[in-house]
Amino acid sequence: MNFKHKFVFLLPGLVVLIGILIFPIVFTVRLSLSGWNSFNPELNFIGITNYIRLFTDDPRFWEAFFRLSFLSVTTVILQYVIGFALALMVWRDIMFKRFFRVIFLIPMMTTPVIMTVIWRTFFHESLGPVNDILGNFGVTPLWLSNPATAKITVIIVEVWQWTPFMFLLLLAGLLSLPKEPFLAAAIDGASAFRKFVYVTFPLMAPISIGAIIIRLIEASKIMDTVFVMTSGGPGTATETSSFYIYIKGLREFQMGYAATMSFTYLIIMIISLTIIAKVLTKLMIKE
Amino acid sequence: MHKLYLFLKYSFVTLWTMFVVAPFLWALSTSFKDFQSVTSKVTYIPWVDFEPSLEGWRVLVKSPARGGVDIVEPYFNSIFVTCTASFVSIVLGTLAAYALSRYTFKAGFVRNNDITFFFISQRIMPPIVLSIPFFIFLSTLGLLDSLPGLILVYIVLLMPIAVWIMVDFFNRVPKEIDETALVDGCNPYQAFYKVVLPNSIPGLIVAGMFCIIFGWIDFFFAFILTFTEVQLLPVKIVALNSSVTPWWSLSASALVSVAPLIIVAFVVERYLSKGNLSGALK
Repeated sequence: MNFKHKFVFLLPGLVVLIGILIFPIVFTVRLSLSGWNSFNPELNFIGITNYIRLFTDDPRFWEAFFRLSFLSVTTVILQYVIGFALALMVWRDIMFKRFFRVIFLIPMMTTPVIMTVIWRTFFHESLGPVNDILGNFGVTPLWLSNPATAKITVIIVEVWQWTPFMFLLLLAGLLSLPKEPFLAAAIDGASAFRKFVYVTFPLMAPISIGAIIIRLIEASKIMDTVFVMTSGGPGTATETSSFYIYIKGLREFQMGYAATMSFTYLIIMIISLTIIAKVLTKLMIKE
Repeated sequence: MHKLYLFLKYSFVTLWTMFVVAPFLWALSTSFKDFQSVTSKVTYIPWVDFEPSLEGWRVLVKSPARGGVDIVEPYFNSIFVTCTASFVSIVLGTLAAYALSRYTFKAGFVRNNDITFFFISQRIMPPIVLSIPFFIFLSTLGLLDSLPGLILVYIVLLMPIAVWIMVDFFNRVPKEIDETALVDGCNPYQAFYKVVLPNSIPGLIVAGMFCIIFGWIDFFFAFILTFTEVQLLPVKIVALNSSVTPWWSLSASALVSVAPLIIVAFVVERYLSKGNLSGALK
């Protein structure tokens, strides 16, 4: 089965994808070498001036990047732990199994920005239910206007929104595991804990790695939640790379410099995700 | 020991369920409030804590001229863009996935896996990186603020998902099916269309649902690439948030917009429990 037919199947998709993407990527690189801004909207050539500025004179970009790393790694770890726990609990016998499975899936079906609008009212510092209930115990945290708690609020919302995705991938994995190793463990009289450590977890390692990588990729784009919830504030306390690039590029119209940041950000993403994937594979699969 | 375990298990599951449901209940309650019951103090239960009003729901269908929030048109725009982009992505993605699953490609150091990875890796691209050049690209083509422009962008977002799910799915459909069809005198296209596709319906449904989810929940591209002519639902609702916020109509419109996809949760669960998702999502 090795004829020209294979190209008839492959090429339409490949050509469309490359066709739509080639211009944006080439253009970003070219734009990053220009001084395009609102006063001077043209593709002049200023060499690597923008890159020098980014690497020597823009701590705000790097702070935003480390903040993004912190937020995405924290949320993904939480999602993995909670998602795995939930998946294990509704994996086999539990009352109302299918009811719980549906409930656990629902948040990922909802539009993040729209739910964030609701969460904003939920965490409203004087009119929201959270502070109303906590107020009975004498604490009313400033969920949105304190730099430290604003990060926690973003994390809570991200965990609510995306734990279901982790749950879905892990439960699908659990359901596809072969039965024999579990039977063998049962015959050996292994406790539930030992079964998990020696059977379930090793079998789930490849699926876990896949799920974590997929979630890290998606989490590294955190933008919608921040945009609606805090607009990067208070100050720059929740500003992530995407949001900073958005401000520079599409609010201040420093297109050239924004393209420089975009391109750098993309390269860093690709490199760090590759490294993370390698490290995770080493850590979780020991053989 | 066993009882303690059961107790912990059910407590955890119940707690998480409450956490999941809380914002929906809050939104539902808020959607029946009026100015007084939102701003005076925090209220929860209608009739007990406050007198319910239907104002929040009524403005959804009123025209903007009469002080309403017209979400009907954005609603249909969202449905149209999501469905069209998902359909195109599924068609192109399925064909490509079939090629990658059944044939061997070799060009220099590029192999099948590299091509598959190329497709899937497009998800790594942060939206902001694409949005600036797309902004300029679409305005050059005159497609800024139009439905076709958005659909074009959404295809890039969704095709990787279709390829990702379908490659794995086709890999599990036995090759013998196509081979038998070919021996029986079908040409490769007929074999694909008449034999392989009908056997891949669960995979297509799963891929379709994922495309619809990720198309429906996108906000950023719709926000950057459209202004007044075309508005999608999320943009419209977030715009409500910026003015003096009427929490009641905000909650009502939020509930209306998330409702259709909640049905998807039931479909996904069905396929999950039947075991059809297990391979498709690895």
